[in-house]
Amino acid sequence: MTVKPELLVTPRSAEDIVPLIEAGADAFLIGEETYGLRLAGEFSRADIETAVKEAQGKAKVYVAMNALFHNEKLPLLHDYLAFLGNTGVDGVVFGDPAVIMAAREAAPDLPLHWSTETTGTNWYTVNYWGRKGAARAVLARELNLDAVVEIKENADIAVEIQVHGMTCMFQSKRTLLGNYMEFQGKNLKVEGRSKDRTLFLHDPERDYDYPVWEDENGTHIMSPKDVCMIDELDELMDAEIDSFKIDGILKSSEYLTQMTRLYREAVDLYAQNEDSYFDKKEEFLERAKALQPESRSVDTGFFFKETVY
Amino acid sequence: MGQPAERTSGEKRIITKKPELLAPAGNLEKLKIAVHYGADAVFIGGRDFGLRSNAGNFSIDQMEEGVNFAKKYGACIYVTTNIFAHNENMDGLEEYLQELQRVGIKGIIVADPLIIETCKRAAPKLEIHLSTQQSLTNWQAVKFWKEEGLERVVLAREVGLQEMLEMKKNVDIEIETFIHGAMCIAYSGRCVLSNHMTARDSNRGGCCQSCRWDYHLYEGSEASSRENALFGEDDSPFAMSPKDLNLIESIPKLVEAGIDSLKIEGRMKSIHYVATVVSVYRKVIDAYCADPDNFKIKQEWLTELAKCANRPAAPAFFENVPGYKEQLFENHSHQASHDFSGLVLDYDRETKMVTLQQRNFFRPGDTVEFFGPEIDNFSQKVDKVWDEKGRELDAARHPLQIVRFKVDRHLYPDNMMRKGVS
Repeated sequence: MTVKPELLVTPRSAEDIVPLIEAGADAFLIGEETYGLRLAGEFSRADIETAVKEAQGKAKVYVAMNALFHNEKLPLLHDYLAFLGNTGVDGVVFGDPAVIMAAREAAPDLPLHWSTETTGTNWYTVNYWGRKGAARAVLARELNLDAVVEIKENADIAVEIQVHGMTCMFQSKRTLLGNYMEFQGKNLKVEGRSKDRTLFLHDPERDYDYPVWEDENGTHIMSPKDVCMIDELDELMDAEIDSFKIDGILKSSEYLTQMTRLYREAVDLYAQNEDSYFDKKEEFLERAKALQPESRSVDTGFFFKETVY
Repeated sequence: MGQPAERTSGEKRIITKKPELLAPAGNLEKLKIAVHYGADAVFIGGRDFGLRSNAGNFSIDQMEEGVNFAKKYGACIYVTTNIFAHNENMDGLEEYLQELQRVGIKGIIVADPLIIETCKRAAPKLEIHLSTQQSLTNWQAVKFWKEEGLERVVLAREVGLQEMLEMKKNVDIEIETFIHGAMCIAYSGRCVLSNHMTARDSNRGGCCQSCRWDYHLYEGSEASSRENALFGEDDSPFAMSPKDLNLIESIPKLVEAGIDSLKIEGRMKSIHYVATVVSVYRKVIDAYCADPDNFKIKQEWLTELAKCANRPAAPAFFENVPGYKEQLFENHSHQASHDFSGLVLDYDRETKMVTLQQRNFFRPGDTVEFFGPEIDNFSQKVDKVWDEKGRELDAARHPLQIVRFKVDRHLYPDNMMRKGVS
């Protein structure tokens, strides 16, 4: 029987934890905007405590501290890490080495996951961050399947990839939406710019729509389609990738629960009986598509796409 | 830490440790011009492992020639090896770094730990400078890279003066920061617009600059992304094109902060651009360090920079997070006030004849300006122009054509001639 990867989900709120565990989630990535980037929901310290309690013995809870920190936030890191260590979370996701520096003092036993999103592109660098203390590396979304498999083959630490949802294309520290509104002479206070507003940039040449919002980490622009690998899990599972992430950002709790259930079914089926999975994978894809919001079609991201340079 | 070395001569304070003025060069000609016009160091790209795959880029032999040329001026050369490598890019890295070391490159500018670690092992004499691609924004991260043995860090473009001062105060490491040129609007290394839109990998040198394109902003819903347009018929489209960086007026603060290296962006830029920008910053740094307490920015320096500016400029994040006035809407391009019209090859003091390589159209009667490190800028009207064979020309029409004409004041090889854009 094939080894099953962890199914990692990003819930919108603490209320999602129980239904998502019931739907088959093995792990959660949560956190708050002050420390984490592009989270599906905002989890206060109390929410994190609740999530840890609800997930106890059934699923793991990781907390995002993957922001790019400027000096002004450094004093907060120590205390937050100490809190997370005491709360008993299962890992902290970081991109900025400042988190390693703070964790050495504040929570030396807390497992660290390295994730800068765009820069986890080769196995040597994955192992480098392993030597610096990371127990897991989250790979760049812009890698093809062969590169992902080769990294896993050579990695000394666990490897996580995103198998479903939108991916980030761009982060600026500038308030680009606010700047545009101000340039147009519109009142900033009236015009919301948060994730809840569902704003899109339309690219007329490609006829794509890119979700865009602003928060305290700046302006974020997301992919025009959702990655969906539900019908392509075989090679990833054969390679024994350690964790599959379903990103729930800008999706409803209901969507996330249903999508998690579908991936649970697909992963379990391949682990149990490969032929049955191959017979059923088209159906899995159709069922995933049926869950998608009308404005979000799916593709396979960069898994089967070559980039040039 | 955080203070420049200085001494007092009589009543006058003098700064003795000037920051390095670091200039870009896309090829050997640009490298030589940058050094000749006053750069203390030049950064270049090789054929592999660097961003800007469209810049000219250097062979190892050309690098060696560049190093030897720079040495005569006491200048040094750094090589950008700042891609985020994929597995397939690992081959040949060791040999490449050893070659850089062999030909006397002083250091590499690097983002990926793969290249950092390989360099430490294979080419330990090379200095390692962390690239802005790592988007370094806080002093604890600076400390991390210091402990990793790096000689220098290039800061994220989002770092302001106060943050630089805190970094200098807390960590003893060389700090390099951008002072002039085009900028990414995203955190460097954290943008893959180009990958998604054109399948060109921005973090391996393929960036197609989609951030400079126009977009339409809509408010959407589950069913449609384009329900409400957030722009009217007469509104400019959504754009996120940043103005270029220009910190000329902040040089005094950067020197006082003890920043070690001041970097000019632009390996794709022309020799005219490199010469103009380098010579202006050279003058500003020298003037400030010679007499910091009586220093004033001269209007002529600002005017000089405008002669080669491709875009309007702003101080970006130096004092504050930039707003809409530091972005470009509608017209993203902008014409410099002057065209580069010729490069001086020779000057005959007896006959007062200049031999010039044409770089842009000019004709008798045009008013042109000459500049260079040995001379003060001066303008004059072009009189009769001859070609190499002594034939009189009605105009210098052909790029790289060799022409001669009379210039009253002394010129030197590699001085440049420019013409105002009407």
